[in-house]
Amino acid sequence: MIQQIFTTTFFASVLGSAIRLATPILATSLGEIYTQRSGVMNLGLEGTMLMGALAGFLGCYFSGSLALGVLCGMAAGVLMSTVMAFLSVTMKANQVIAGTALTILGSGLAAFIYRSVFGLQKSPPQVENFRALPIPGLSKIPFFGDVLFNHNLLVYIIFALVPITWFVLEKTVLGLRIKMVGEHPRAADSKGISVAGVRYTAVMIGGAYAGLAGAYLTIAYMNSFTDNIVSGRGYIALAVVIFSHWKPSLAMWGSLLFGFANALQIRLQALGAPIPNQFLLMLPYVITIVVLVGVSKKAEFPSAYTQPYSRMER
Amino acid sequence: MEYAVELRGITKRFGSNVANKQVDLKIRSGSIHGLLGENGAGKSTLMNVLYGLYKPEEGEIYLRGERHVIDSPLKAMELGIGMVHQHFMLARPLTVAENIMVGTKSKRGPLLDTRRVMREIQEVSDRYHLDVDPAIKIEALSVGQQQRVEILSAIYQGADILILDEPTAVLTPQEVQELFVILRKMREDGKSVILITHKLDEIMEIVDEISVLRDGEYVGSRVMGPDVTKDELTQMMVGREVLFDFSDAGTLTEPGKVKVALRDVHAKNTCGVEALRGISLELHEGEILGLAGVDGNGQKELAEVLTGLAKVSEGEMLYNEKPIQNRRPIDYINDKIAHVPEDRQTTGIAMNFSIKNNLIIKNHGAKRFKKGPVINYDVVNAYAEELMEQYHVKATGRNEIIKNLSGGNQQKIVLARELADEPEFLIASHPTRGLDIGASEYVRGQILAQRNKGVAVLLISADLEEILQLSDRIAVIYDGRITGILPRGASAEEIGYLMLDNQKKEAPHGNQEKEKSRV
Repeated sequence: MIQQIFTTTFFASVLGSAIRLATPILATSLGEIYTQRSGVMNLGLEGTMLMGALAGFLGCYFSGSLALGVLCGMAAGVLMSTVMAFLSVTMKANQVIAGTALTILGSGLAAFIYRSVFGLQKSPPQVENFRALPIPGLSKIPFFGDVLFNHNLLVYIIFALVPITWFVLEKTVLGLRIKMVGEHPRAADSKGISVAGVRYTAVMIGGAYAGLAGAYLTIAYMNSFTDNIVSGRGYIALAVVIFSHWKPSLAMWGSLLFGFANALQIRLQALGAPIPNQFLLMLPYVITIVVLVGVSKKAEFPSAYTQPYSRMER
Repeated sequence: MEYAVELRGITKRFGSNVANKQVDLKIRSGSIHGLLGENGAGKSTLMNVLYGLYKPEEGEIYLRGERHVIDSPLKAMELGIGMVHQHFMLARPLTVAENIMVGTKSKRGPLLDTRRVMREIQEVSDRYHLDVDPAIKIEALSVGQQQRVEILSAIYQGADILILDEPTAVLTPQEVQELFVILRKMREDGKSVILITHKLDEIMEIVDEISVLRDGEYVGSRVMGPDVTKDELTQMMVGREVLFDFSDAGTLTEPGKVKVALRDVHAKNTCGVEALRGISLELHEGEILGLAGVDGNGQKELAEVLTGLAKVSEGEMLYNEKPIQNRRPIDYINDKIAHVPEDRQTTGIAMNFSIKNNLIIKNHGAKRFKKGPVINYDVVNAYAEELMEQYHVKATGRNEIIKNLSGGNQQKIVLARELADEPEFLIASHPTRGLDIGASEYVRGQILAQRNKGVAVLLISADLEEILQLSDRIAVIYDGRITGILPRGASAEEIGYLMLDNQKKEAPHGNQEKEKSRV
């Protein structure tokens, strides 16, 4: 078995798979960076992703169009996050409770809608999912071609969001406003910026990204929907955001860490490693959490993190 | 005479609480105008109305003779009103330029126009000699520099009426002079400046006119001249005569024996940065040692190591000639060391507790308050009643939640608790911060009374006036070191000089910058 592990083919396959597994975490955590930079913590990512997964699947199943599936997933994410924004920004509800409620709502609602539409079926309905799109030329590079340039379109798009997110946060008016609102909402208000408006925007961008990640799971990574398809990725994305100190590039590495651990355990299971499979299943979560906790000790949170803003209160 | 600002009949309520009652105010163009009043007199509220942050229930605002409705800060800025708040409106992890341009329109649409803004900021900075680098992050700046960023921001956005809320409170005497140079330059340029303050002394020399508010009402205005005295203005502000003079409070005759001695004490702050870098001090019985310094130079950490809230990493602390470093906080309490903490509302009291529970929070384990394992509330009630009477606490009763009390009454509760057990060593950190004149008078009187009873008092304060009034000796702290110890009667200039350790303008590269307050 050891010989099987130490081969380039094995490594290329693990690393390629790591990227595909990192993708949904990455999309969600990039979106959550917008949200948290504005001072809101959306703990409802798990439920948001699940609704995105379902909507993406349904959109694709009934229209036959992958693009429409992606749009449906993102729309569902935006819808879910609007609820979060309403609760946390407008109603000034406790964000932990609002987020937890949103996750419970999302998982219940997704299962309910899925059953209502498809009933009980022997084999789950499937869609024709995103195919691998090898990049001409680059994908022929030995080893790296397989690892980096032989993925489906959504993987490329989501990894392209890393520099885009950085650019928006650092180089645009919107990005600066988001950071200002998250650091010092009163200052933003006194400079004529609508704190609520910026927070709604940031939370909804986060929702769109999480919805995209959900849709990726059902119509790109897999081709069907199951109730537990998200399986904790929303929470891992939250951990990644804090580990990354709200920086897109670090969020990418955090997501890849989880993706790698996950890919490794899947391959080890397939090879029949003499370790109980429950333990292997646990591995990526344990590794990710341990590393993140170790690295993120000195995290400097946005000053107004989880603080609702009210002009009248001092 | 044209007025830059004219407020007519402004009334602002918060629920049933009236913060401004029919206030009129006229500010002449090209003048520096002081707005004087005690805490809670409604000065900040009035200016927040002018700045569009609060919407008044009644009243009209005229700018340069024309009536305007100012319903948002954005509107205020368009009308040329700028405001420098007491708590700076700056995001610490962002740069000067970012903080300024967040409030302006970008000429590049959705993209930031950083380079152009930086150049323009530099121009304004040079013009007013503000000496601000637009590319530097706020957290790297001293408080005085941050204030200049705020002024720069207002000027950059075209303000010709500038409101400054308690601008001198956080500055050293030298920084105050630098601020005044800038304000005079603004006046020369025809801009109007409004200074909100409750400290008359600090603005007397610069203002052209002073208006006084008391209990939300307009009392009157005085154009500055030789006939206007400090006493008259103070009386307008307080509504009675004040004898702010402790000189006859019994000066130190013979210093007692050494009660507390620190030898080369080092300690780190919560961020792991060394905040005390070798403090050596001696404190005698029956002596008030004032510790002057700009906030964040190690005062907080010093109070913390003396009460067991922080660890000493190096050096020695002697109390009654016995080492006392690095023990549990309860050991210090049992040794009769009392502590009036710098932040009353987070450390001094539990805001949602009743008065009586706050009074026993430190010694609720004492035998006299207990009946077996339960608290004996009969005893506690009597104890609370007694202290409340002794300290003249204004409240509906011992069961009132302390949050509902005024700052002065909250501080009285802290003092009552700390002084009840007859301490031998009292550490008072900023004991009158945020209190009005009456309450400050009371608290200072209590501290002097302790000194006269033979208690060793360490008085930590950023308020030089307070230090000068009360202290028998004055130690100055800068960047975790004692830069000098002066006798009673030292001048503010001497102290101010030591407060910056002779290095004007350089930020203390210590702890205040790093500390983020997340509540």
